Amino acid sequence: MLVHVDPDRCCGAGQCVLAAPDVFDQDERDGTVVLLAARPPADLAREVADAVAACPGGAIRLEEGVPR
Amino acid sequence: MATAAPATSHPAAAHPATSHPAPRGACPFAPPPAYQQAVRDEPVTRVALWDGAPCWLVTRHQDTRDVLADPRFSADAARPGFPFLSAAARQIGAGKTSFIRMDDPEHSRLRRMLTGDFTLRKTAALRPAIQQVADRLFAAMTTGRTRADLVADFALPLPSLVICLLLGVPYEDHEFFQRCSRSLLNRDSPVEEVLAAQDALTEYLDTLTDSKRGNPDDGILSRLVERGELPTEEIGAMGRLLLIAGHETTANMTALSVLALLRHPDQLAHLRAHPEATPAAVEELLRWLSIVQTGVTRVAVEDVEVGGVLIRAGEGVICQLNTANRDEDRYPDGDTLDLTRDTRRHVAFGFGVHQCLGQPLARLELEIALDTLLRGLPDLRLAVPFEEIRFRHEMTVYGIETLPVTW
Repeated sequence: MLVHVDPDRCCGAGQCVLAAPDVFDQDERDGTVVLLAARPPADLAREVADAVAACPGGAIRLEEGVPR
Repeated sequence: MATAAPATSHPAAAHPATSHPAPRGACPFAPPPAYQQAVRDEPVTRVALWDGAPCWLVTRHQDTRDVLADPRFSADAARPGFPFLSAAARQIGAGKTSFIRMDDPEHSRLRRMLTGDFTLRKTAALRPAIQQVADRLFAAMTTGRTRADLVADFALPLPSLVICLLLGVPYEDHEFFQRCSRSLLNRDSPVEEVLAAQDALTEYLDTLTDSKRGNPDDGILSRLVERGELPTEEIGAMGRLLLIAGHETTANMTALSVLALLRHPDQLAHLRAHPEATPAAVEELLRWLSIVQTGVTRVAVEDVEVGGVLIRAGEGVICQLNTANRDEDRYPDGDTLDLTRDTRRHVAFGFGVHQCLGQPLARLELEIALDTLLRGLPDLRLAVPFEEIRFRHEMTVYGIETLPVTW
């Protein structure tokens, strides 16, 4: 699982951090997405998938097979 | 992008049978029965607005997310065909508005001046300050008393005090701005009254913003002034948006949540037994109540198919959040309030790039409010028969006028 983020598409709603706090964070200055772990461990797959589904701006993308 | 059709062209199916907003049925917490019927029979359906103009109503969960995430649907009220929910809204929409009625990249540029103030971390750091406000209000409400109006004594002042603190607006002026925002959100207000309220609030915030120029504080208005990128009226428009959104929504959610719990004793008992489940309870209450009862408005800027229906450029769309949040496909037995259910992906805060900026703050305030009330008042109950509670059907944001409680 490889995670990509596009801060340009991020609207700073913080949904990814709520869903997967070990993988995503928010920039202090403008609240946009910060990727903490581009290759998160497999046991976080569901949390990451939730973050993708919750992202209102479509700023998160998964590579190498999307779980569920 | 395709050119939008003129606003006056109402295509076929020009006389929809259902109006918007449709009346609620026997259960004051449930969406209008006509819309719940639409979810089953015709999920993307035609409704007639106040002036008879037809508009598409999107009622299902996935369709709502699709529309709100799709840049081919514009939030810009100046575009031809944009659906206005009242005559006053049409007049206001034609003038200077905040970024809520803009599209990217302009929307994003302005919104990002605020997103740093509403991160999860920044918001979480406010917990002690908000708890302090809640404790103070709670003490004032309960000391030497056994009865109160939960709206006036707790649910409304809590978020009002907090947003004033964040923005740098003097709370002493709360009667003024609460009155203005009530007029602005009431679809039955006479047009002149709404426009006067809009002007008064605009002038108030412009003057306040200007006063920060020589006399800065820690508030958001002051910080926007210090950035030096925006003229006074744009800062004022942002302030107006935050001030209204910051207190009306959370106040109504708090009062309705308490009422919903009192009407569902099993759920209330669950929450009392599991205070750690408050965040999950808040999510379910957000889903079940979905208080933005008039939905979210957009206009198509290209022809787009939604749920098998072709929506043409220049046609208006309303995403009906309360039906989307009870869509059985996403939330089995969605009409049932169940604080233990999986509420992920609810759209109570909208979806897409306009999704509520203040949602971490709203969640935190609701958690603190419920926790403070339920912990402090183990015998909390209604002081009047449920039938006497007056629901705010005419407001953009659903709520109740007063909530007489005793303990």
